[in-house]
Amino acid sequence: MAEFKPADSMYEWFDQRLGIDKFVKVMMTEYWIPKNINFLWAMGVLLTVMFTLLLVSGIFLLMYYKPDVNMAFDSVNYTIMQEVGYGWLFRHIHAVGASVVFLIIYIHMFTGIYYGSYKKGREMIWISGMLLFMLFSAEGFSGYMLPWGQMSYWAAYVITEIFGGIPLIGGDLVIWIRGNFYVADATLTRFFMLHVLLIPVAILGAIVFHFYSLRFPHVNNEEGEFFDFDEEATKYLEGDKKGSKVVPFWPVFLSKDFFVLGFFLLFFFYLVFFHYDFAMDPINFDKADGLKTPAHIYPEWYFLWSYEVLRGWFFEIAGVSGKDLGLMAFGFANAIFLVLPWLDRSPMVKPANQRPYFKYWFWLLIADLMVLTEFGKLPPTGPNAWVGFGASLMFLVLFIALPFITKAEAKKVEGK
Amino acid sequence: MKDESRRGFIGKAFGAVAAVGGVASLLAMKKTWDPLPSVMTAGFTTVDVSALEANKLQISVWRGKPIFILKYTEDMKPTDGRSVKVGDHYYSVMIGLCTHLGCIPGYEEDNKKFKCACHGGEYSADGKQTFGPPPRPLDIPPYKINGNTLVLGEEGPEYKAMMAKAGGA
Amino acid sequence: MKEFKILAVLVALVGITYYGIEPYAHSVMHPEVAAADFTFKDLKNVDTKLVGNAANGKVLVETNCVSCHGIEKAGNPAPMPAADAAAAYGVTPPDLSHAGRIYDKNYLANFIYDPVSAMHLNHKYPVGGAKQFPMPPFPLPAQDIMDMVAYLQSIAPKVADDKAGHKATFEAACGRCHNMKYASIEATTPTDSLKTYMGATPPDLSQHIKSRGEHYLHSFVNDPQVLLKGTSMPRVGLNEKAQEEVIAYMEEVGDSKKAERETIGLYVMIYTFIFAILAYLWKRKIWSEVH
Repeated sequence: MAEFKPADSMYEWFDQRLGIDKFVKVMMTEYWIPKNINFLWAMGVLLTVMFTLLLVSGIFLLMYYKPDVNMAFDSVNYTIMQEVGYGWLFRHIHAVGASVVFLIIYIHMFTGIYYGSYKKGREMIWISGMLLFMLFSAEGFSGYMLPWGQMSYWAAYVITEIFGGIPLIGGDLVIWIRGNFYVADATLTRFFMLHVLLIPVAILGAIVFHFYSLRFPHVNNEEGEFFDFDEEATKYLEGDKKGSKVVPFWPVFLSKDFFVLGFFLLFFFYLVFFHYDFAMDPINFDKADGLKTPAHIYPEWYFLWSYEVLRGWFFEIAGVSGKDLGLMAFGFANAIFLVLPWLDRSPMVKPANQRPYFKYWFWLLIADLMVLTEFGKLPPTGPNAWVGFGASLMFLVLFIALPFITKAEAKKVEGK
Repeated sequence: MKDESRRGFIGKAFGAVAAVGGVASLLAMKKTWDPLPSVMTAGFTTVDVSALEANKLQISVWRGKPIFILKYTEDMKPTDGRSVKVGDHYYSVMIGLCTHLGCIPGYEEDNKKFKCACHGGEYSADGKQTFGPPPRPLDIPPYKINGNTLVLGEEGPEYKAMMAKAGGA
Repeated sequence: MKEFKILAVLVALVGITYYGIEPYAHSVMHPEVAAADFTFKDLKNVDTKLVGNAANGKVLVETNCVSCHGIEKAGNPAPMPAADAAAAYGVTPPDLSHAGRIYDKNYLANFIYDPVSAMHLNHKYPVGGAKQFPMPPFPLPAQDIMDMVAYLQSIAPKVADDKAGHKATFEAACGRCHNMKYASIEATTPTDSLKTYMGATPPDLSQHIKSRGEHYLHSFVNDPQVLLKGTSMPRVGLNEKAQEEVIAYMEEVGDSKKAERETIGLYVMIYTFIFAILAYLWKRKIWSEVH
């Protein structure tokens, strides 16, 4: 600091110390977003709002929740749901929010895939986003155990059992994860710790990283057009707001996001107050009982597709048991999205429908994931098992074929 | 020059010591996640099987797992390497968890078979998988025969002989 | 406009997926069953068209019933304490004060005539089997049975259509076997006796309005065998009104914030709608400068 002048106003006093002016410019009024976007570009802000809602409602739930196998169920279903003032509201927001956040994550993710927003300098945006997806999955899974209902217990049981398939260490690993031979008090308390502390902290860090990773490659636009952001920004600042290809984050971009947010919240609160069964499964209002398996066990809807990839393999192929094949396919399915930027070998950044081959791949993938989700919930008997197997196989084939499809596409486009 | 290599060495030594500390704390954290000794040692369940009714499934609990004990009727043949002889009768003694994904199968007395409601797996009365996704027969818990009782969790000579046979077959 | 097209595709994809994993999957996992029958028309042992004589019924009830059953409302206390009765019979015999009010007339008459067939428990107590239902059949002349029914109906107290009234019905209909922890109701039969008698401990009903839902309960309470074949829970024989009161009580206990939720829900929706409209107007104003 060269010379220090006493501040004339409170604003100046803070500005001297915190550089508010500069901060607001960098973060808000001179953070440039392409103008050529549609409402799908609002999903990021929607997710930020949803995460905030989950965090706040979670904090209030934490005041009365008791992580103990004998008390957890009643602390949720009696104390929080019926005694605490608006406890039910926080629980509904938390439970429905946890489900809806995945809907928005999937929309956000497939918007990225559709518009090719994961390549040509945007790889780190994609990877940090997938990291967030994984953290949210872990957060959702650990949180689902806490109400200690039948579905909490059995979903936890079945999912932790999956690790038992890992060669050599599987059996011990399952016991280590659970802290007991079965899903027990030790399991509940450690998942409680993960859910309320470790994973949220990691999520906060990953969100910051995800935002940061957007700064240099910039946000993609509806046509996948590359242009000079500095040039367009100068144009905008000089007054040619209509001619510039960019708009500032605040207030222009956010005004559109708030409009989308408003209508989204209308949908969200309808679910919270009037239509919450899909996120608060009736079976989970029976207290966990390790000696009584429910007739149907299924994970929350957002895990159904990968669950179906796991159980689609129900017979032995070439001496490898169905269980092991399922486990391998499951591992593949959960890791493969992470390397998507390197599987797409075409340099084209365009909406999928303007790409000659990729468009078929994209819509096939969507259809396949919908089939997997649907059959992941249905009982896996008779023809259902075969549809599940077919869809599971299709998923693998799609990703194995992607490099070849996109390579061919690159050639075709080049030849034109 | 000499000074620089010395600084390099000290830097590396510092890094190595820091790494050792890091690994040691990771090991300590891993330990914290281990099941407690009380959990590991708890659970030797004793079951008196003499009073059981034939073809009626008895479910006991051992280390939080359901244990199926099924007394055979006269016309049910014992399976070598799976059926347990206590006194004059044969029994199936098995962990009642489907070997597919760990649900608890139900016993159908009329058909003398186990059926898992989760993913449709089926087992015969001696616990061999007969249909669906289960990759192997129902597991047999370690047991020791003590007169008319079974001690679950202890490996008796009959159990060891059974495992040797199963391994050899 | 393009954005509407995108929205339409999005809504269609989400809608199809939702339909598949919710309404459709649940219809596969829980197929529809026969409608509840509140006339219990399968029971035909007693001609229920006969008009009963309550005065005569009083005499018959006092000769045949009160050695085991209490009738508090008629001044007959239970012959022995609940726990002793449970030890003697397996389960505490019900007090008959509310019987004429909560049970269907046809069911009640046929129950007196032959309890096991009325309860649909022939699988548990087969004719000539080792286990016997603690109450013997009373195959009396139809007129006598209808007199008893008329007497029981005449002494049954009226209850108000509020939470206290619903609770009285619940306790009379379910309270001998089921706990309701969230309302501090404990089954009048001690747990140990119940477990022996039923083969398993009957579930606590605090959250059944949520875990089973009104639709399931409507059919299950009417006849448990329809949805859960082989269960040892008897068909209780509640008339439609009594069953509605029982389910209403389960909701009042298990989902006590329902009214609050629906009112607040409406306010929040209205608020959010105003929020969305203003957000749209503001967005239009801001974007008019850049478009």
